[in-house]
Amino acid sequence: MPRRAMVKIKPRRYKKGDIVTVATVIMHPMETGMRKDKKTGKVIPAHYITDVEVYYGDERVTYMKTTSGLSANPFIAFKLKVDKAAPLKIIWKDNKGDVTEKVVKIRV
Amino acid sequence: MNRRSFLKTTAVAASLAAVAPIVNVKSAKADENKFKEALNKITGGKTPKTSSDVKLVAPNIAENGAVVPIKASVNLPVEQVKAIHVFAKDNPNPYVFSFYPTTQNGEAFISTRIKLAKTTEVYAVAELNDGTFLQAFKKVKVTIGGCG
Repeated sequence: MPRRAMVKIKPRRYKKGDIVTVATVIMHPMETGMRKDKKTGKVIPAHYITDVEVYYGDERVTYMKTTSGLSANPFIAFKLKVDKAAPLKIIWKDNKGDVTEKVVKIRV
Repeated sequence: MNRRSFLKTTAVAASLAAVAPIVNVKSAKADENKFKEALNKITGGKTPKTSSDVKLVAPNIAENGAVVPIKASVNLPVEQVKAIHVFAKDNPNPYVFSFYPTTQNGEAFISTRIKLAKTTEVYAVAELNDGTFLQAFKKVKVTIGGCG
């Protein structure tokens, strides 16, 4: 099931060769597997994002290995040097096999 | 309540109070070992050097441990940086994430939000391509823990 995700590039206007900030948010509970349901007393099973990959064109530019130590609805921001017009694809994978993709176009 | 039962309960309470600190010390030691284990897994037994090239921005006091914004960056050319690893020392699971930049990133910089169980040190460990490890750490006071 694809999840809601958002990708923003700051600043909005950029030139070729600039280093921009790519800010991403995905809606995800990030359960640690240690929390208990208050009503039933049962442990909520772990459910969190394990990998975040960023492709710029065909090239993988960034890789992130994450654990349940990230907050719910994780926000991740990183830098990117924009030097070509190509799609920027961000892929989130979680420990239940869910894969979410989001593509934004870089125009320079 | 008569005198006998009062003495009994106070005696029990006193003995419990005497036991409690020992338990606390033990759990703190377990946390330390867990953190070292997690660190060794990443560094392969090397001890990271504290360096001013690694920058870690985190709040002094975090009201909500479930959402603690942190920024980690390395003041070196991105070609030299292989990864940035982040640890929260006293979390049940101290290893938080690893970030692997490439030259296309332009800068070794990562900003995200993490969970902290209690007041603890956050470590940013930078892995360089020549195999050395540099670190920076900061103590964050947590008012409400965020690890469930």
